[in-house]
Amino acid sequence: MNMSATADGMLGRAHRLMRMLLAVALLAFALLVMVQVAAFAREAAPAADDPMLEERLMTLAGDLRCLVCQNQTLAESNAELAADLRNEIREQMRRGASDQDVIDYLVARYGDFVLYRPPLKATTLLLWSGPAILLLIGIMLMMRSLARRRGQMAEAPLTEAERARAHALLGADGGAERS
Amino acid sequence: MIPELGHFSLILALSIALAQGIFPLLGVARGNGAWMRMGSTAALGQFLFIAIAFGALTYAFIIKDFSVLYVASNSNSALPLQYRIVGVWGGHEGALLLWVLILAGWTVAITRFSRHLPGEFVARVLGVMGLLSVGFLAFMLFTSNPFTRLIPAPPDGRDLNPLLQDFGMVLHPPMLYMGYVGFSVAFAFAIAALLGGRLDAAWARWSRPWTTLAWVFLTLGVALGSLWAYYELGWGGWWFWDPVENASFIPWLVGTALIHSLAVTERRGAFKGWTVLLAIFTFSLSLLGMFLVRSGVLTSVHAFATDPARGIFVLVFLGIVVGGALLLFASRAHRIGLGGSFDPVSRESMLLLNNVMLAVAAGSVLLGTLYPLVLDALELGKISVGRPYFEVVFIPLMAPAMFLIGVGPMAHWKKASLPDLATRLRWAFAVGLVTALLVPFAMGRWSTPVSLGMLLAAWIVASSVAGLLERLRQSRASEGLLAKLGANSRSYYGMLLAHIGVAVFIAGATLVKGYETEKDVRMGIGDSVEVGGYSFQLERLSDVSGPNYIASRGEISVTRNGRAVTKMYPEKRTYREKKNPMTEAAIDWGFVRDLYVSLGEQLNPTTWLVRVYHKPFVELIWVGWLLMALGGLLAVFDRRYRITVGVKHRAPSSAPRLLEAGTAAAG
Repeated sequence: MNMSATADGMLGRAHRLMRMLLAVALLAFALLVMVQVAAFAREAAPAADDPMLEERLMTLAGDLRCLVCQNQTLAESNAELAADLRNEIREQMRRGASDQDVIDYLVARYGDFVLYRPPLKATTLLLWSGPAILLLIGIMLMMRSLARRRGQMAEAPLTEAERARAHALLGADGGAERS
Repeated sequence: MIPELGHFSLILALSIALAQGIFPLLGVARGNGAWMRMGSTAALGQFLFIAIAFGALTYAFIIKDFSVLYVASNSNSALPLQYRIVGVWGGHEGALLLWVLILAGWTVAITRFSRHLPGEFVARVLGVMGLLSVGFLAFMLFTSNPFTRLIPAPPDGRDLNPLLQDFGMVLHPPMLYMGYVGFSVAFAFAIAALLGGRLDAAWARWSRPWTTLAWVFLTLGVALGSLWAYYELGWGGWWFWDPVENASFIPWLVGTALIHSLAVTERRGAFKGWTVLLAIFTFSLSLLGMFLVRSGVLTSVHAFATDPARGIFVLVFLGIVVGGALLLFASRAHRIGLGGSFDPVSRESMLLLNNVMLAVAAGSVLLGTLYPLVLDALELGKISVGRPYFEVVFIPLMAPAMFLIGVGPMAHWKKASLPDLATRLRWAFAVGLVTALLVPFAMGRWSTPVSLGMLLAAWIVASSVAGLLERLRQSRASEGLLAKLGANSRSYYGMLLAHIGVAVFIAGATLVKGYETEKDVRMGIGDSVEVGGYSFQLERLSDVSGPNYIASRGEISVTRNGRAVTKMYPEKRTYREKKNPMTEAAIDWGFVRDLYVSLGEQLNPTTWLVRVYHKPFVELIWVGWLLMALGGLLAVFDRRYRITVGVKHRAPSSAPRLLEAGTAAAG
């Protein structure tokens, strides 16, 4: 087209703009780094006796159910029983129990109900495989519909007339959309 | 007397709804124009009487009429006026009354803004809306009457659930219901099109502004629910994968698929069958959400109703709606054409893939939500399905769909080329990569999830910008940037805004997940703790009393690098009627971070368990949702829904004239 020269100019401008955006982003992040580094450097020692253990505890407790609450994790709950249970887990961890040991102990006492991540067993097989099955079905249906559409399109030129009718019904289309 | 008036109005509304459900449909079948036109009068009458009933219940709340059972159960003489008013929808019966009021409101809006549509079509739509209304009104009158008397009246009411005594109650339920019920309009349009056997691009265009508007409301409703849970529950989280939250999120996901599928049907006439199915499913899942919450099968903070009769009624109603709609669909499916042809690589295909991903994601959330209930019902054991499950399942499903946000709008209709797309998007991808590498570095600690999240977020923003630049470059309007910007439609900008909203949400969600810090401490007066570079010191403790509660309040001064930042006042409230203690977290809101303090247990008169959070960029989550809703709103007000279609339909009443289909927001 004879507009290609201007189009190229625009393209160049678009690229320059992108690059400028990039530079601005870089600058902003550099500023952020300075601010954040200053902030992080001043952080005092946490109040818990053993911060590593506390973090491990809270990570694990985030996947466990507070049994007396409506629908709340053990980590989030302020309930007395939750606090007791956290203390119990903390004690066990201090004595060297692994996460799995703690989970086994809790499941033995309270059943699978305490786990927000249900264990993989016969009754939960469908739960864990369900999303993958749904995805497979979805992709398969999509492929089949695309294939069938190609087949039918080939033998049904009528659709073009239908499309024309639809266009006529809609009148002159808003020119903004490219087709 | 007033409550009886309300009750009587509801009965009248039910009879009008019956007429609205029968006569317009019969009128179409028999070619009786007078019966067909009855729909709009009936809709107005129905709205009027439901509004009277709603007013009567509100009045009973305001004057504290505890001889009405529902008022006595959800109000209290000490409850402040604003909570007595929102208390109208604080329980099951009143929430249902709000639901039917909104349904009637949407129906009136249809009559007001669909005058340009063929008379037969509008009659069918109003008929379907009328039948739905019959279902809800019957449900209310037979199982959940808000006007049931309690004689003798108790001296005082049992008070509104303290969780609901909050400003969130003013906005969240009405917005959510506007969304849920709004999808009944998309449903009614789909059924009307199926009944008429005319499923074409014109139908999609008529339906689109309504569907988008419903989606906007649902988006706001979900976002407000999340925001409310964040500040009211005191656990610091913004999404809990609670079944009740999922009940609103599943229709949102399917509704999102629907508005994308409608775009293809309107533009290209394709996916008609799929679009109709999505319209049916979106509303059905809204109903299912209502069933889950209202029947009491879930026991959770939101589920405040238990009564098997209700559950069975909703389930049967759901069965009739879904079953009837699907049967109708099956009987008409062979008459649905394919629409415009397209290549496997085209915008159509990408939107189809987006639909598959959204539908699979919705199906998975539904599976995880229902699975424990089914297992429990079959006595196969009690399990909990929570955040770990949903995150493992949901995020991998959504990430590709979000990647597609960058590609889809750049792809041409009918036929696109991958190498061409790669060329046009290479800068956007570079911006994404650079951001993904820089942000974790800037935040001071590497985190792979944050990096991936930022890659997606920056990719979406940059590809949106790239798309806009491309349009400006190709624009025919040669003079001036403003003219070029103005040449694009509002719905195009709406799409950009909504997509950028998704990016902003992803940025907020991943940043707060990756970099929030939290400390659980025992705090006596004078103790201090440092979190996220801020120092929190407990200055004093005091007892305060509100209108219907007493509370312990902490005063915490926050400093940063020795400079005072703010004072925070977390509370632990005990409401007089409902004894359970409520955590009223103190939040110092800020764009780059929230500071969040909540009181746990009292250990002794001067010491509390206190939880302190530093949450960087958490507010981007809601800013993102707000941008999505604004984007949708912009699309609703697109010109093409307002200007004349300029075509004569078979019905004589639809001569070309100025339309206002898109301005239904006022309704």
